[in-house]
Amino acid sequence: MTHSAYLVETVRRDPAHDPAGRALAGELRAAGIAVGAVRLAHVFEVGPTTAAAAEQLGRELFANPVLDRMTVSPASEPLRLAAGERAVTVLRREGVMDPVALSTLQAAEALGVHLERVRAGRRVYVEAEPEVARAACDWVVRWTSNPVVDRALGPEDPWPAAPRPAPALGQLARAVPLAGLDDAALTQLSREACLALDAVEMRAIQAHYAALGRAPTDVELETIAQTWSEHCKHKTLTGPITHEEFDADGAPTARRDYQNLLKQTVFAATQELDLPRCLSVFVDNAGVIRFDDDYGVAIKVETHNHPSAIEPYGGAGTGIGGVIRDILGTGLGARPVLNLDVFCVGDLDAAPESLPKGALHPRTVLRGVVAGVRDYGNRMGIPTACGALVSEPRYAGNPLVFAGTVGLIEHGLVAKQPRDGDWIVAVGGRTGRDGVHGATFSSDALHSASEVESGGAVQIGNPIEEKKLGDVLLEVRDRLSAVTDCGAGGFSSAVGEMAEGLGAEVDLSLAPLKYAGLQPWEVWISEAQERMVLAVGDAHVEAVCAAFAAEDVEAVRLGRFRASGRLVIRWGDETVADLDLDFLHEGLPKQARQARWRAPRAQPFAEPALTPGEALRAILATPTVGSKAPIVRQYDHEVQGSSAIKPFAGVGGGGPSDGVVLAPRLGSRRGIVLGLGLNPGLSDHDPYAMATWAVDEALRNVVAAGADLDSCAILDNFSWGDCRRPEQLGSLVRAAEACRDAALAYRVPFVSGKDSLNNEFELPDGTRAAIPGTLVITALGTIDDVLQAVSMDLKGPGHPLLLVGLSRDELGGGQLAALAGSAGGAVPRVDLERAPGVLRAVQAALATGAVLACHDLSEGGLAVAAAEMGFAGGCGLELDLSQAPREGELGVWGWLFGESPTRFLLEVDPARLDEVRAALASAPHAPVGTTVAEPRLRVRHGADGWLDEPLAELQQAWAGALRLAFPSAQG
Amino acid sequence: MKPRVLVLRAAGSNCDHETAYAFEQAGAEVTQLHVNRVLEREGDALAEFDALAVPGGFTYGDDLGAGQILGLVLERRLKPSIEALVARGGLVLGICNGFQALVRAGLLPGTPALQASLAPNASGRFECHWTRLEVTAPSSPWLRGIETLDLPIAHAEGRLVFAADADPEAIQALAALRYLKPTDGDPGVAGSAGSSPADYPANPAGSTADLAGLVDPTGQILGLMPHPERNVEPYHAPGWTRRTGAGASESGAGRQLFTNAVETLRG
Repeated sequence: MTHSAYLVETVRRDPAHDPAGRALAGELRAAGIAVGAVRLAHVFEVGPTTAAAAEQLGRELFANPVLDRMTVSPASEPLRLAAGERAVTVLRREGVMDPVALSTLQAAEALGVHLERVRAGRRVYVEAEPEVARAACDWVVRWTSNPVVDRALGPEDPWPAAPRPAPALGQLARAVPLAGLDDAALTQLSREACLALDAVEMRAIQAHYAALGRAPTDVELETIAQTWSEHCKHKTLTGPITHEEFDADGAPTARRDYQNLLKQTVFAATQELDLPRCLSVFVDNAGVIRFDDDYGVAIKVETHNHPSAIEPYGGAGTGIGGVIRDILGTGLGARPVLNLDVFCVGDLDAAPESLPKGALHPRTVLRGVVAGVRDYGNRMGIPTACGALVSEPRYAGNPLVFAGTVGLIEHGLVAKQPRDGDWIVAVGGRTGRDGVHGATFSSDALHSASEVESGGAVQIGNPIEEKKLGDVLLEVRDRLSAVTDCGAGGFSSAVGEMAEGLGAEVDLSLAPLKYAGLQPWEVWISEAQERMVLAVGDAHVEAVCAAFAAEDVEAVRLGRFRASGRLVIRWGDETVADLDLDFLHEGLPKQARQARWRAPRAQPFAEPALTPGEALRAILATPTVGSKAPIVRQYDHEVQGSSAIKPFAGVGGGGPSDGVVLAPRLGSRRGIVLGLGLNPGLSDHDPYAMATWAVDEALRNVVAAGADLDSCAILDNFSWGDCRRPEQLGSLVRAAEACRDAALAYRVPFVSGKDSLNNEFELPDGTRAAIPGTLVITALGTIDDVLQAVSMDLKGPGHPLLLVGLSRDELGGGQLAALAGSAGGAVPRVDLERAPGVLRAVQAALATGAVLACHDLSEGGLAVAAAEMGFAGGCGLELDLSQAPREGELGVWGWLFGESPTRFLLEVDPARLDEVRAALASAPHAPVGTTVAEPRLRVRHGADGWLDEPLAELQQAWAGALRLAFPSAQG
Repeated sequence: MKPRVLVLRAAGSNCDHETAYAFEQAGAEVTQLHVNRVLEREGDALAEFDALAVPGGFTYGDDLGAGQILGLVLERRLKPSIEALVARGGLVLGICNGFQALVRAGLLPGTPALQASLAPNASGRFECHWTRLEVTAPSSPWLRGIETLDLPIAHAEGRLVFAADADPEAIQALAALRYLKPTDGDPGVAGSAGSSPADYPANPAGSTADLAGLVDPTGQILGLMPHPERNVEPYHAPGWTRRTGAGASESGAGRQLFTNAVETLRG
């Protein structure tokens, strides 16, 4: 019997069991393509094998016994279609990670069928007139696949043949002569090799090798480029900067010189505070603070912007996968307990022709990134329970994806250090060409051809590999000297960082590969996912490797750490790189950069032509403020059995929580509280105000849920435009200054952070569009007993309401300004003198146990917060603002929608009002009304009625914010 | 003596720790083993255990369908041991992915007369939220004394379907739990009521007859999509912040299921 390739196709017998097909039909019709029935089939190529074996695999692995019809045919046979039907088949491109194919190979082996090749795809059958069917298939390819990772086959296209085997490696390492090249030639070389190094940096390398009397090898040059990349080295934030500020008329107002911006702002605050709760800050993959007597809590937030712009699903999935590995690689291994995500995308309703050329539609981006986090985070068994979304047209060409993970680690496992003679052990997934040049790519701006050119920089994750890896790592970690993850730069960064202050010898020919034909430099810098590097002593290495093998994870000894000061890389017997570690880590020339910030001219706020009620509904229905349920409900936010205050609170989960609270140790009620802060709309007015507002918001959120401010830590994640331009860098400097000032004022340390500084999009006409300066602040706190946490939903009628904090007429850059299209108004400013006291007063009020509900005032101000508390609790509010604490004059718009920070609305047990007010005595606060049974939000100012809206309608507006972006097949 | 419970994990299991914790809290002695270790054993691999729990997760990635590969392993390698465990009065629990695997292995519904499958959710996507459930197999040792309870679901393939020619009475005979529409809109407030039919999203996957779980004909094997191990503490069900007085510190309603098992096995 001959062996060849077969196709197994499965399709539902009953269309009622094909929700994906029906959903696709609905979307096609909504796009104006009048299709009949649409069916989704799954196609598997298996081979070489026999028809009988293919049939068996189909029956046992691919077809649902109750629901599916299955056909098996030789792959060489053309596709047979019924009359009036057309089909399109979408497959992963060769070399792109395909978890389905990997699973099939393994499962077939277990069934006694050996396969060499599996390819999985989906096939869409469309019933329609020929021209309509063709348009429908084109639409399916355009909107449900991505040419970077997928290929589409029409009905006439033959099934693609297996690629030819890779030729044997010829020359292993190529010398790259630099001698005699001028700046232009050096720059050109850097660009052509995707090194992302500038002329000054290339000259430093040239000089180093001139002194050695030889040319660098390609492996050496790539290693230096990875290590010196903005992504790995953060050279802008850690290099010298001259910063100048000007007023709106251009007159100079300030000038400061920095040797190292990060050390002098964010780090400086942490150092000055010097708090005992900080167990490990800015030295490891994540920051670690104290949780309880046994455990620390590790936290890290990463950006994965450029990969997500090009392939949203893979980019966001590997973003969350990468930050989970950061936590697994913190100390000797922390156990992940919580994930968070923040997405900034363009206008979800944008007309396609209004988008930058080459950019995916913001809706496609959002669906893709949500699916990516869902499929990775859910499979890892980590609750994704905290997040934020911002929709703004300037993110259309360069969306932002922030992903974070929190973990628990025993105090005794926080420290790690590789020792001379330790084995370098690579564990986890195999190495392929995926992600080659990811670190240098993320340091360059995107442009309309990025999709095509940087395909290699795109990665698709395989979460099951990481789950297996993490399970074993947490079992063996007390036998390791050190561990780190392979992130940007792959082995080159992981081994290079671990070897710092020591040295290492590696034989790359030992690394398990996905396919043959990789050059040594590709193996060395590949960013293939799900890999980590361990340092293990002789005494434990056999047992550690055996523990991984016992759960089907590859663990391979690549070499040893050596106290040599050199990084020596071999391929078998041939040395392909021999680098001086001092030069690698310290040789990067420091380049002074110019920073400039000019205050914008003050403009009056242009009031919207709407009633306050209409404005409130419109703001509640924005993606930024509205319900994220269609996203969060796709995430398993209950796994691990730890969740106490959930993403949604109140009757039927009808309102948004401020912070989330979880009890991560089974059997203990001690809790972690997590909150986020960001408001990029304020950046255009003043990045300093934006950054302090973000810190204040993140801390408001955790304090409102019941965290102790003196347990908290914060993280900074900057995503900015091209900081080689003085205006961009100037705005970043102001935000960094604000971070330092805020941390010192609240006495809350920064423990980790990350920056992504080239978020620009090149338009076809050569002009560049930058994102608004975006700072995400993550706040982590603890609570002694999660049963003391407070939720934001009103608990019942007849309860007094207190407004805490000063209101000012601050509408600039807020939600109402965006709605009204107004660039004017005063930007909300945090009063750093008074804000920490207000937060502490609220904390004291919550500690009385007499605060029934607490919600912070945030985007959209008082009206939004009051509406959310009301509809979440199923009861109404009657507010009179005439006695509320204020500074300056406020009108109806400022009162209802102003975004002055450091404010809270509290529902209080009427019998204990005095006790709560006594706790709040040091903070400005006043009674502003009561809760009522009638489900309406009524706001007046003395005799003036300002708002009278039924809560059900407000909730409907809020709940429907993402309905179009996430249509349900269920309707 | 404490009943001995095996919590069986495989590559991709992810609810093993909290499932083990729920059994321990109820008074069981729990062993957590990777399926590779169980398959290495000679003879009856489950001889020393009184109960087997297959927890939730995405075993082997679920890339070929939820529980597909673990189900195949159970069917081909462990079925005789599981049947022997049931024959000697032992209990078997499959939660979420564990339920999917038990169905794939033919252990549930556990009668040739009825063929079941867990298909992708009718909504076309992963769903995670709280549900209200009514017990429809009150004689199962797992479910005794429970009438209604609130539990969260988290799955993409939880739509319980049966072969087109399935006898509705045979289905009802093995129905363990069904989804109710919460009348107060507020899953998590203990003791509150619900109505039928549940509809979406109360029946989150669009299951036949609103079913959330099945038992085998002995009642000793229970499989369910909702997660009882995620409602064992007083702060688990989302309504806890709205409870006052004595009810505020009640443990979660899911705990009863584990206590029932331990009490049954103690005899």
